[in-house]
Amino acid sequence: MDPNIQHLYEMLSKAQGYIFPNELDLQWGILIVVYPYITGLVAGAFILASLERVFNVRVLKPTYHIALLTALSFLLVATLPLISHLSQPQRAYEIMITPHSSSAMAIFGFVYLWYLMVVLLLEIWFDYRESMVVWSKEKKGIMKWVYRILTLGLSDISHETVKWDKKLGYLITIIGIPSAFILHGYVGFIFGSIKANPWWSTPLMPIIFLFSAMVSGIALVMFIYMAISYFRKQPVELKVLDTIGRYLFFILILDFTLEGLDQIHRIYESDESFEIIKLLVSGKLYLTLFISQGLIGTIIPLITLAFLQFYKRAISFRKTLYLVVSILVLIGVYSMRWNVVIGGQLFSKSFSGFTSFKLGLIGLDGTLMAAFWLLLPVGILTFLLWLLPPWKMVKEKE
Amino acid sequence: MGNERVKSSRRKFLKSAATIAGSAIGFNLLGSSRYLVFAAEPKEEALPWYGIVIDIEKCIGCGKCAKSCKIENDVPQEPFFFRTWVEQYTVENNGSVDIISPNGGIDGFEQQVPDEEVFKSFFVPKMCNHCSKSPCTQVCPVGATFESPEGITLIDEKYCIGCRYCVQACPYGCRFIHPVKKVANKCTLCYHRLKKGLDPVCMEVCPTGARMYGNLRDKDSKIVKFLKEHTTQVLRPNLNTGSKLYYNALSMEVR
Repeated sequence: MDPNIQHLYEMLSKAQGYIFPNELDLQWGILIVVYPYITGLVAGAFILASLERVFNVRVLKPTYHIALLTALSFLLVATLPLISHLSQPQRAYEIMITPHSSSAMAIFGFVYLWYLMVVLLLEIWFDYRESMVVWSKEKKGIMKWVYRILTLGLSDISHETVKWDKKLGYLITIIGIPSAFILHGYVGFIFGSIKANPWWSTPLMPIIFLFSAMVSGIALVMFIYMAISYFRKQPVELKVLDTIGRYLFFILILDFTLEGLDQIHRIYESDESFEIIKLLVSGKLYLTLFISQGLIGTIIPLITLAFLQFYKRAISFRKTLYLVVSILVLIGVYSMRWNVVIGGQLFSKSFSGFTSFKLGLIGLDGTLMAAFWLLLPVGILTFLLWLLPPWKMVKEKE
Repeated sequence: MGNERVKSSRRKFLKSAATIAGSAIGFNLLGSSRYLVFAAEPKEEALPWYGIVIDIEKCIGCGKCAKSCKIENDVPQEPFFFRTWVEQYTVENNGSVDIISPNGGIDGFEQQVPDEEVFKSFFVPKMCNHCSKSPCTQVCPVGATFESPEGITLIDEKYCIGCRYCVQACPYGCRFIHPVKKVANKCTLCYHRLKKGLDPVCMEVCPTGARMYGNLRDKDSKIVKFLKEHTTQVLRPNLNTGSKLYYNALSMEVR
């Protein structure tokens, strides 16, 4: 028997209450959990970098290029889990060629390409052009040519031209901030606009996605900054962590408030879906919602960050706390994506029962594949940091 | 002074120009609001605009409809794929509601609640509602799902990318991914039969005539007469899907 069909027969005995017969199988598995998670990390990392640039936060200088390269590494992978989950991946290009104007999903390709080509690649290119020209002159052999190709032959690094690089880079940052907001708010809208699903259907969804994206992206850059410093055997600057930590603290408060508002509204209105959702969150989602997302991913980091706002002694202890917070927040936001995507499919649209989800280890939709999609960007980032090391860039002339 | 006046009149001109341009753009956006407000409209007057009636009072839960549909439309036999199925509702004396649909009702039903505890029990056949504002058509990213000129929601199997967004968007659970074809699948109201002048197979085999379809545009048709003489209801009316599947004697427990 087809293993998928066999799997469904196993699931049949695990369904509770009444579900429509076609609802037994979850349509979107772990890959669709990974997709908004990765996209969120991109948007969040980029917004952090933009904050530094637009508001000229000098302290964050050491993380600026790390954040941009992180955003690029994750963005390059963002569509892959999405395409690989399609039943007909070879037809994926149709979404670009014949987009259906009324579909919330149809615009994704365009938003993605805009963000990749117009925002991220251009901004990084303008930032690195001067350094790449210098490197192409310093290096020998193949690397000389690699950098020469990357400069696209524009090797003028006179003061005037470099000034233009900066100006245009700044302009792209300005365009980039709303673009990052659109990129991830839009991912939230894909879920928030499904009126058939009361767990998803809320106008708050894009905003919640956006803020959780910022939270996760900031935590990721914090983590990667510490990891890079560790591998480069360079000291972690505490004032950098303090500043990122402060942003994380405030945005986490906003995120928590918005998600809390969503739930309070749901409870107080208690519409026809309330009973089934109450059963959902107190049952199948209990661990991932209250423990993983709520306690581990939100409450503990909030308390720790609040504590770090006024506790200014024991430097290495504070660094460890920041490390722990960044990891907890990343786990928390991953759980949030899980709770939205998987949670929204566990209850029947008849509001009378539940199906179940069993995550396999292998296969295209398994844990290992999801782990691969999450680790691939880290590999790309390592490569990019080797190719375009921010710490070897030409120093900015004051 | 003169200079000031010129400046202020220029400002006025710019202001009114901006207002006119703004309202023009605004009206344009209103005109193109069909991208946001999604609805299929009957276009070709010569063609019928189909609606469906299911009379719950007539359904005996034999499951012939679900069985014949699977055979006619090459729907996989496994009990997780249905274009149409029958649900049995049993409201107990204590108010609790039991719903079952073993194998979509194909093998018939057995009442699991003891007779003395049954307040009422009835069967509800389910199928695609062929909504005129169908959420599944709205969300399809490539337009593989579309409305036929007769108001039937169809899928182009050669076009569907299998993103499953439509399955998520259907509030009635009427769609599934065909395990062999790997594309979305659903009731077509037996479009292939309609085109040959035959009835949809589920309607042809129904021994009690609980299912009926017809041209909603034809005021003398059987279905329009039925809708006139009976109080009918659609499923989940709050979702405003423009459902064209009308149930007679629909009980409030049904979703």
